[in-house]
Amino acid sequence: MNQVIPIVADEATAPLQSLYVSEAKIQPRSVSGWFATWRWLLVWFTQVLFYGLPWLSWNGRQAVLLDLAARRFYIFGMVLHPQDVIFLAMLLILSAFALFLFTTVAGRLWCGYACPQTVYTEIFMWVERRFEGDRQARIKLDSAPWSLPKLARRGGKQAVWLAIGLWTGFTFVAYFTPARSLAAEVASLTLGPWESFWILFYGFATYGNAGYMREQVCKYMCPYARFQSAMFDRDTLVISYDAKRGEPRGSRRRGVDAASVGKGDCIDCTLCVQVCPTGIDIRNGLQYECIGCAACIDACDAVMDKMQSPRGLIRYATQNGMDGTWSRKQMWMRVLRPRVLVYSLVLVALAAAFVASLALRAPFKADIVRDRGALARLVEGGRIENVYRVQLMNGTERTQRFHISVEGLDGASLSQWSDVDLAPTEARWVPLAVQLPPQAAAALGAGAHPLRFRIALLADAASHAADDDLAQAERREKSTFVIPR
Amino acid sequence: MSDFFSSGWSIFIALTTIGGLVACLVLLLFASRRKPMADDNSTGHVFDEDLVEMNNPLPLWWVVLFVLTVLLSFAYVYAFPGLGASPGTLGWTSRGELEADQAKVAASMAKVYAEYTQQPAEALSRDAGAMAIGQRLFINNCATCHGSDARGSKGFPNLTDGDWLHGGTPEKIEETITLGRTGVMPPMAAAVGSTSDVRDVANYVMSLSGDPHNPIAAAAGRKKFVACAACHGADGKGNPAIGAPNLADKVWLHGWGEAAIVDMIDHGKTNVMPAQAGRLTAAQIHLLASYVWSLSQSRQTAAR
Repeated sequence: MNQVIPIVADEATAPLQSLYVSEAKIQPRSVSGWFATWRWLLVWFTQVLFYGLPWLSWNGRQAVLLDLAARRFYIFGMVLHPQDVIFLAMLLILSAFALFLFTTVAGRLWCGYACPQTVYTEIFMWVERRFEGDRQARIKLDSAPWSLPKLARRGGKQAVWLAIGLWTGFTFVAYFTPARSLAAEVASLTLGPWESFWILFYGFATYGNAGYMREQVCKYMCPYARFQSAMFDRDTLVISYDAKRGEPRGSRRRGVDAASVGKGDCIDCTLCVQVCPTGIDIRNGLQYECIGCAACIDACDAVMDKMQSPRGLIRYATQNGMDGTWSRKQMWMRVLRPRVLVYSLVLVALAAAFVASLALRAPFKADIVRDRGALARLVEGGRIENVYRVQLMNGTERTQRFHISVEGLDGASLSQWSDVDLAPTEARWVPLAVQLPPQAAAALGAGAHPLRFRIALLADAASHAADDDLAQAERREKSTFVIPR
Repeated sequence: MSDFFSSGWSIFIALTTIGGLVACLVLLLFASRRKPMADDNSTGHVFDEDLVEMNNPLPLWWVVLFVLTVLLSFAYVYAFPGLGASPGTLGWTSRGELEADQAKVAASMAKVYAEYTQQPAEALSRDAGAMAIGQRLFINNCATCHGSDARGSKGFPNLTDGDWLHGGTPEKIEETITLGRTGVMPPMAAAVGSTSDVRDVANYVMSLSGDPHNPIAAAAGRKKFVACAACHGADGKGNPAIGAPNLADKVWLHGWGEAAIVDMIDHGKTNVMPAQAGRLTAAQIHLLASYVWSLSQSRQTAAR
């Protein structure tokens, strides 16, 4: 360790460089092909869902509405209370496992096809192409002096970008404020301050991320690239350049057999670099910048078709498969390795648990809380009374009627109970008192004794306590009964 | 910063803050100077024989953001309290912000209460919305002592039984909630007489409500009750004007039986209902009083 580390390289030969650089603008060439089509399908699928959902109605209200002010979340037939946040946690865990699984199988599928950053960049680049043309035209336009045509092209692009951004912001807010009333507010310029802020903020974020930040979000902000290596192994399908087949690269005439002129199949047309949205050269191997969009595969396949060479010089392949030690069949067999099977199993189990717990969700919630101020009191006839509060939460959009009784403590009964009606989605505290006759109290002795409350949801609002058999759902909540000394 | 006797700490903290911010700027500027690089885009640093440090520059916009945060920090400590004891030019305080927030909430709630303040308790008790608000106010503010069902416990009056120490009209209840009440029963043993005199009076008091008692002791106690009559009245029916309880009913706030009554005569009691004027607004108290009044009404109706 006595080696002297040279701090400064030879001043005479070393070029001066800033430690900070302004990013070179990437102008990706448009691409079409099998994978590009898949990406566009997913763009359509996710965006029809995102933009369309707020306009869907269900039982006279918006189908998907997250009412933060009232703390009720409506998702089609479901009404969720804040207490149901466990479902959100499960959904996030599910998503994480799905991400692990997809990444292990085929790398950054999410980034390449479904991530909003990719999807909106795709849309914004499509707009850009309509106004400014493809890569060469855009590079030319960038360096051209300002003129009326340039102003028109740029202005048109900006106008459409802003419109898409604002519409996206509007749609985002429409998940929290009913879309139709929000639209009316926009039309009459009576938006609230928070609605205006979030429409503008989300709109601006969309415009900035998809119009300008683009690949820099993936390279500098997104943590996914940094931990993808933890999920990759030698059997993960990644976009790879077949160096054995491609090198030595060099140009040749169409139809000429590469081997006969002592070259590899790669004709060094650099199209794979031109189409890359993150500006890398896939021929240098897997890099953290690669978002797995497969644009280079589409580009290279088209070129190989023209050169009358077989496709797949750049393709989805595992490291083992690319090393040539394994056949294509072996490589695909290894996709079903233990790690993938375990991920799949966990994912299926979690998904089943998620769906089952949602489907079997009780239509109401109940929570019993003892009064803390006074533990017990004596009432008429020497009876001992304890006071409780029950919080009832209606998890449906129908009126509910509840009947409550006590069990598990001999002689205990509710004093003055009448059935409680809860309006749709209402949550309410209801006080209740439990009485114990003196003989029963003496038999039990002083102290805290366990008892249970049975909360029954009656079949319909017209039924009475006597129709207990008709209860469509019931819960039992534990509490204690205190007998003073 | 009033915890310190001298302003030295305040100056120290102010200087440290400014020094830290300046140091950040200097570091950013220093690090952004152009550096000679080797041809292979490495910094020339080599560790452990073959680990080479590459030059992967930060994007410029990132650095600009960094500088902006430092400038924002300067603006922040200028406008807000950040430099030692300096209050900042905006005069912001956490107490002021809390008060502003409370005023905002109060203003938004005033709209909810506005339609209720002009209505009398009778009308409000028939309004389900008003009663729901009243119940929530009660559970949040009163239930700790009076119980969630308002039926109290030993020492804490039952509000549903129609037996009122200070009067049960909506106006009186509102007054009780607003100003609070202090009920004082002085130790009366000396005025009543000997230990047996006190026991006699206790038996007489029990006879007033028809509870089981010793008739001989009660007859003897009747004469000694004069000492109690000043407040509780000659017939023991109490006096709501001074909060003296009715001894002739079946309500025993501080315990039933000879022992409890003897104890009360011997030692007296001071029982406090705290004033709520500072915690609740007049509109809230009006609604709360109407709710409490309605509880006693329904109870009486049910009893009839």
